[in-house]
Amino acid sequence: MKTLYTPTPLVSHPDEVRVISKRFGQGAQDIDRYIQLDGYRAARKALDMHPDDIINEVKASGLRGRGGAGFATGMKWSFIPKQSESPKYILINGDESEPATCKDRLICEYDPHSVIEGVIIAGLAVGAKTGFIYLRGEYRYLLEIMEKAVADAYAKGFLGKNIFSGGREFNILTHTGAGAYEVGEESALMESLEGKRGLPRLKPPFPAIKGLYGGPTVINNVETIATVPPIILNGGKWYVAFGPNEKNGGTRLTCLTGNFNKPGVYELPLGYPIKKMIYDVGGGIPNGRNLKALVPGGSSTFLLTREEAESATMDYDWFAKRGEFMGSGGVVAIDDQTCMVKMALRIMKFYQHESCGWCIPCREGTDWLKKTLARFHEGGGVHKDIDQMLYLSNNMAGRTFCALGDAAAFPTISIIKKWRQEFEDHLDGKSCPFEKRASREMALA
Amino acid sequence: MQYSPELEQRFQKLVTQYPWKRSALIPMLLYAQDEVGYLSDEVVADIATRIDLTELEVRNVISYYSLLRTKPAGKYVVQVCTNISCMVRGAEELFDHCKQRLGLDHKQVTRDGTFSLEEVECIGACSWAPAVQVNYDFHLDVTPQKMDKILEGYGKNSPQ
Repeated sequence: MKTLYTPTPLVSHPDEVRVISKRFGQGAQDIDRYIQLDGYRAARKALDMHPDDIINEVKASGLRGRGGAGFATGMKWSFIPKQSESPKYILINGDESEPATCKDRLICEYDPHSVIEGVIIAGLAVGAKTGFIYLRGEYRYLLEIMEKAVADAYAKGFLGKNIFSGGREFNILTHTGAGAYEVGEESALMESLEGKRGLPRLKPPFPAIKGLYGGPTVINNVETIATVPPIILNGGKWYVAFGPNEKNGGTRLTCLTGNFNKPGVYELPLGYPIKKMIYDVGGGIPNGRNLKALVPGGSSTFLLTREEAESATMDYDWFAKRGEFMGSGGVVAIDDQTCMVKMALRIMKFYQHESCGWCIPCREGTDWLKKTLARFHEGGGVHKDIDQMLYLSNNMAGRTFCALGDAAAFPTISIIKKWRQEFEDHLDGKSCPFEKRASREMALA
Repeated sequence: MQYSPELEQRFQKLVTQYPWKRSALIPMLLYAQDEVGYLSDEVVADIATRIDLTELEVRNVISYYSLLRTKPAGKYVVQVCTNISCMVRGAEELFDHCKQRLGLDHKQVTRDGTFSLEEVECIGACSWAPAVQVNYDFHLDVTPQKMDKILEGYGKNSPQ
């Protein structure tokens, strides 16, 4: 089956700081071009560094997991035991499935070697000899680009038995998924790579101790690992300085989606004011409408009202202080003509569809919430449904094997609390104020 | 089970490249489906034998992954994303348009076997919404008018 390849559109804005995206649109899929653009210099440098120094450099950079959880990358690497009887592994999570998130796509498409180089450096840091790059099944064209990049790296001797003629061995395998959001959870990702259903594992043991094939495993997101080479090349201090402080260092790819005039993926420094991001970078809201709500980082995050969004900054601390999360970089602007009950329903439909069914609060909670929201949106809601949905969501959060239960609960809680009036407006036989056909059936069963 | 030489070669590589043979299962299923059209009983039995699993174990995995199917689909599987980033940019209307145009509902196949239609979850093309995937091809910023042209294009190069 031939895959049609049409390059994904790129955008730019003067406020961007290009660390990860600096080679986008520069032809860096080609290994020689990548080398011309500073490629593989960081891996060569890491080859002469002490493993602890590599980890310390990443720690100094303040780099945190860009998949959404925001765990400190250097810290994660340091959990890998120095001595291990079973082989150690690096596993790259390219199961990019969090709604509104489309950044790893661009890295794999325009700069695949940065991922490979990052994996090699991670391998040198923790003493692993094998890395896996797992891409979601829908990303077949990216898998083809990545497979070619890996083959080219082998041909140059950058991968294999004696990498960069430095006497060390490192191998990379690419791997395709076959459609499953849950597989983006790190323990489910390992299960999937082992050829099983993507069910999360009981933790502990954590992957750093007992992960893939029972060996100590580092699991990093595509964007996270692609950020490692520039950090090694220029130093952790150089990277951290792009952000406001040590815990919020560097830049991240921000995917502007939904009701923006200029949607696209922009690389912005951490701490960037969200108001400026909406109206300047994103070009504001189309059709003369106003912003009603903002999803800050994938549909698993607490939604912000317009007032909250306009006073926020894009960094971990601003969200953490409120007990919320910055998430995956997938921003959705929602205009004032969108029904928030419908929004809650569509979000819950997704989590109900993707719940793996392993644990009851998530399996039953998402299903009942979806059913209630659907009935409610169709005009069949009763007053007590509103608090019942809050009660269900609150009981799901924190009571599941993996974060999918939380991911379903958080946006729902925030939507019901912040836009309760819109729920009230659907009651007593009133039809949806926003949609004429509120009863649209959703096909996904 | 007779596959093309390319797929046979890919299988040989897949079953030997991982620390555990079973890791080859999901890629093998997906590549077999690409060639055969779906995971027939024959394919399931064949793959199970190749990596020392029971057919039940293989089916247990198939039922988990949304891209894997055990029934034939159209030659071109039209997948319209209606998740939130696409939804607020008209994806539901686009899906309704496809339904009318193809005369299909979710997961149905045209009588001539050319098209099937699916409403799907996020396909990671959110900044270029609404997005549609036909088999593995991405189509970005799709409007109903653009959709008609896309469908025409596939319809044309599909001699049955």
